Amino acid sequence: MAIPARRRAADIAAFAFATAATLFGLFWLAWILWTTMRQGAAALTPQLFREMTPPPGSSGGLLNAFYGSAVMISLGVVIGTPIGIAAGTYLAEHGRYTRLAAVVSFLNDILLSAPSIVIGLFIYTLVVRSMGHFSGLAGALALAMILLPIVVRTTEESLRLIPDTMREAGFALGLPRWRVTRQILYKAALSAILTGVLLGVARIAGETAPLLFTALNNQFWSSSLNAPLANVPVVIFQYAMSPYDEWHTLAWAGAFVLTAFVLVLNVLVRLLARKGKQR
Amino acid sequence: MNATPARSFESASTPDRRSGARADRLFQLITAGAAIFVLLILGGTAASMAWGGRLAFKTFGWRFITDPTWDAVGGHFGALVPIYGTLVTSAIALIIAVPVSIGIALFLTDIAPRWTRGPIAIAIELLAAIPSIIYGMWGLFVFAPFMATHVEPWLSNHLGTNAVLAPLFSGPPIGIGMLTAGIVLGIMVIPFIASVAREVFSAVPPPLRESAVALGSTRWEILSRVTLPYTRSAVIGAIFLGLGRALGETMAVTFVLGNAHDLSASLLMPSNSIAAAIANEFTEADTDLYRSSLIALGFLLFVVTFIVLTIAKLLLLRINKQMGRTH
Repeated sequence: MAIPARRRAADIAAFAFATAATLFGLFWLAWILWTTMRQGAAALTPQLFREMTPPPGSSGGLLNAFYGSAVMISLGVVIGTPIGIAAGTYLAEHGRYTRLAAVVSFLNDILLSAPSIVIGLFIYTLVVRSMGHFSGLAGALALAMILLPIVVRTTEESLRLIPDTMREAGFALGLPRWRVTRQILYKAALSAILTGVLLGVARIAGETAPLLFTALNNQFWSSSLNAPLANVPVVIFQYAMSPYDEWHTLAWAGAFVLTAFVLVLNVLVRLLARKGKQR
Repeated sequence: MNATPARSFESASTPDRRSGARADRLFQLITAGAAIFVLLILGGTAASMAWGGRLAFKTFGWRFITDPTWDAVGGHFGALVPIYGTLVTSAIALIIAVPVSIGIALFLTDIAPRWTRGPIAIAIELLAAIPSIIYGMWGLFVFAPFMATHVEPWLSNHLGTNAVLAPLFSGPPIGIGMLTAGIVLGIMVIPFIASVAREVFSAVPPPLRESAVALGSTRWEILSRVTLPYTRSAVIGAIFLGLGRALGETMAVTFVLGNAHDLSASLLMPSNSIAAAIANEFTEADTDLYRSSLIALGFLLFVVTFIVLTIAKLLLLRINKQMGRTH
């Protein structure tokens, strides 16, 4: 039985639209990546990793910014991960079926999508104002606040995926609950939680808005957490918005390194996660 | 002889069990404390901004929301322009992102050859992984000039002469403005809506789709009469999720919106958004009232995104329940 022409036309139109929509999405990805690669590769020099951010009109590198970003991201992970894992454990294990866990789980998802600039304002009010100045510590705290809900979510989800028989096996051996969690469940969920943390790192590496008024920026080498700290995203922002060509070039170089880092991390994590699933 | 080992077994296990129970309670407390910490962050964010913005709210009252004047020198602040810019750019973003995302979800669940689905899905998700500052730079240096030379002249020549659309598409083609910002936002929001839509599309029970196929439905009819009605609440939830993202997006918008505090109906004109105003001006705010007004803007943004994201989450929870998932 032949399908009437009108219905067939609608079907073909839907088919064509869906294909076009996918191409549309991929087109922007390709365009953005191509621009970043072309502009960034041209600006990539050994100087970039050896010299400090320059004053207007002269050449230089981004060494202090790379260093500052690395410090703040690491510190953010060190602060955010344990709290996130503990909270995720409460949601999935120790507080399962409690009202508190239900509320936190709900609000955590909102925190996950909340505008990051608002987190920056929060840390500004909390830390920068009481310290009296911008600091790398405040920047790291802001990044930790953004990482936290990501870790909570992945910990909760990966713990929930573990079958109850594993827990029962632990209890049958007479293990107290916390040892079941620590020695059995964390081991089973380790790779999934790690995946979440790495995706979280990829996310906070590019965060700019929360650093604008916490870590601010620093044109010079500084390793003090108690002073404004240079970082890649804010340098990119300031340099891209400036009228100087040298600064634009450096901004593209920073953008290239940042994008490459984030994308490689994302793709690697996804490949690893899929491999883990197949096993 | 029999009794001794039994007793020693008991005496050995009792303190151990007791300390186990104590450790259990401690572990419970630590994890509960961490969970409460999440609440504290959210509550603290809201409270700190309500507190920081109180000077602005007290000085300007409700007029803060309806007043279009933003005069840093004169110390007079009204939030209408940033609010308007935020809403308009987010609306443009959704107009672009919603149909495209549903198309992508349909393509990935029904049309694409099976082996290409994984890679294409990852590629679309990478759109969400690209840092927003990269979108901003690309928008400023590549996309805005492209809009200024190729798209906007055409728009103002063709649509700018139309009686109804003229106010929306008049003005000089400078590339930076609400239309450009809205398009960039739309691209950024696509992966969020598409990934949820794809997930729920592929979770539609096969018997439903098979019944439709057995009745002779075309793919379009399956989508419009089975898949979409069945997943409606989740798709709307995904759209609200995307809206929440679009409202709060900062860096990309800051680059391409132009930071202008003039109220203008034309989509080709520069404007401002709440997030962009805060990002641009916060470190330069030199008076208490100025800073407080910016924090008050942040408070408004937080409240609106909180409501939008709550609606999104409730709608998404509903479909999870429907599909028998518990979380």
